[in-house]
Amino acid sequence: MRWVNVRPRRGTALLLGAVPLLLLVLVYLFASASRHAINPADKILPTAEAMVTAMRGLVLAPDTMTGRYIFWADTLASLQRLGLGLGISTLAALLVGLVLGLLPGVRATLGPLVTTIAVIPPIALLPILFIVFGLGETSKVMLIVIGILPVMIRDVAGHVEALPVEQMLKAQTLGANSWQLAIRVALPQMMPRLIQALRLALGPAWVFLISAEAIASDIGLGYRIFLVRRYLSMEIILPYVAWIALLAIGMDWALRVISRRGFPWAHAAR
Amino acid sequence: MTALLSLRNVWVEYGDKVVLERVDLDIAPGSFLSIVGPSGAGKSTFLRLLLGQEGPTRGQVLLDGTPLTPECGPDRGVVFQRYSVFPHLDARRNVLFGLECGAAPLTARLFGRARRQALEEADAMLAAVGLADAGSLYPTQMSGGMQQRLAIAQALVKRPRILLLDEPFGALDPGIRRDMHVLITRLWREHALTIAMVTHDIKEAFALGTRVLTFDKRRHDPHAPHRFGATAVYDIALDRRVAAKGGQIDEKAG
Repeated sequence: MRWVNVRPRRGTALLLGAVPLLLLVLVYLFASASRHAINPADKILPTAEAMVTAMRGLVLAPDTMTGRYIFWADTLASLQRLGLGLGISTLAALLVGLVLGLLPGVRATLGPLVTTIAVIPPIALLPILFIVFGLGETSKVMLIVIGILPVMIRDVAGHVEALPVEQMLKAQTLGANSWQLAIRVALPQMMPRLIQALRLALGPAWVFLISAEAIASDIGLGYRIFLVRRYLSMEIILPYVAWIALLAIGMDWALRVISRRGFPWAHAAR
Repeated sequence: MTALLSLRNVWVEYGDKVVLERVDLDIAPGSFLSIVGPSGAGKSTFLRLLLGQEGPTRGQVLLDGTPLTPECGPDRGVVFQRYSVFPHLDARRNVLFGLECGAAPLTARLFGRARRQALEEADAMLAAVGLADAGSLYPTQMSGGMQQRLAIAQALVKRPRILLLDEPFGALDPGIRRDMHVLITRLWREHALTIAMVTHDIKEAFALGTRVLTFDKRRHDPHAPHRFGATAVYDIALDRRVAAKGGQIDEKAG
């Protein structure tokens, strides 16, 4: 049998997928142990034990200065910024993408603007955002929005534009006006694509969040990582990174479930 | 004036390319017009004219004596070869869509009693095309033939003045195609439809039509082939047995 035709079954696939992850953990533990065998005070690859000890202070005990549970306060602050950024972007991409994809006049007017904004590196705009919106929450949320919105709009608008012209003509012969075309034909078919665009935007959104928090913040997952970097506290950085990965995976999974539950027709095998 | 649809000296040009020239036609109500011709002879352009997807460069297309606006409207139904059903709606809602658009301009949805009545109408239409048991299926779960049946039901529920078919059975296998011929003949008789159908299949054109139009170029300039357009070079009236029982088409011709 050719290699291209060998398909693992579901159980086997899960097992195969877990192997590299476990291997990564094992390699780390081995490397950490061997470094500590030479230098018990090594800070570069902390042991699992050191991580647990360090994190326990952040997760389970309130901070002596502020009384906050630092780990949870960081998570909450970051998720709030991320959620706002993603929410605003999704809503805006829905509206602008729909209108842009459906109405040739609007596409001619706003298309070049969206393309122009999309090619500007968002981080280059960060100083402007800080100047305009101050160092507070607004500028961080805005960075996420500016970073992911143009790409989402272009993706969604492109999808609407690519809907078969036959479908649009058919709807018109069935008496649909522009509004009805938008809400009954284009919008429902756009939704799965919007969720897909949001899933793809999660990665960049995290990048912009961590960047904004690293530069100007006093709370948040990104802030904490960049703060403890000064003390070479890998035992905090590594669990924080793992936690971010876990949150990102969870969000991606949730969006996939929503898409499958809400729009089963879009996931039917063709 | 008895013609349902008339074309008066119609020309269609794209830039300096002439696609159709001097098309003069009257389509009588109740006729089944088949349109054949080689590729690039303007068959589809002709259908787009009737559909109102585009307007003539010169001349006039008249529906009941008034010029058509170059925009599709509910007086004309259409079935394309593909993509004419909505993938995000199940069969019932696909048929319901036309009724909802007409009745609810703002929400495009019906509720309560109006919805129940519309659903009854939609179910009757589905039954008429042989999809009585397929109401809850999505198009992706249907075969090509079922999708075309659905597309026909969807168009007919709006009671169009004229039904336009753009190679509707071109992608179907021969057995299914024969079933569809029987179906469209029966619907044509029962609903007293006027139909214009573009097809590649000459046998199909003669088996179904009461009139066959052949589009081709009358003149050909080898140095500037694009400067002469196509027109209806043959216009053959067929004596189709309208009284044939049960929608059976003449199998010798089909």
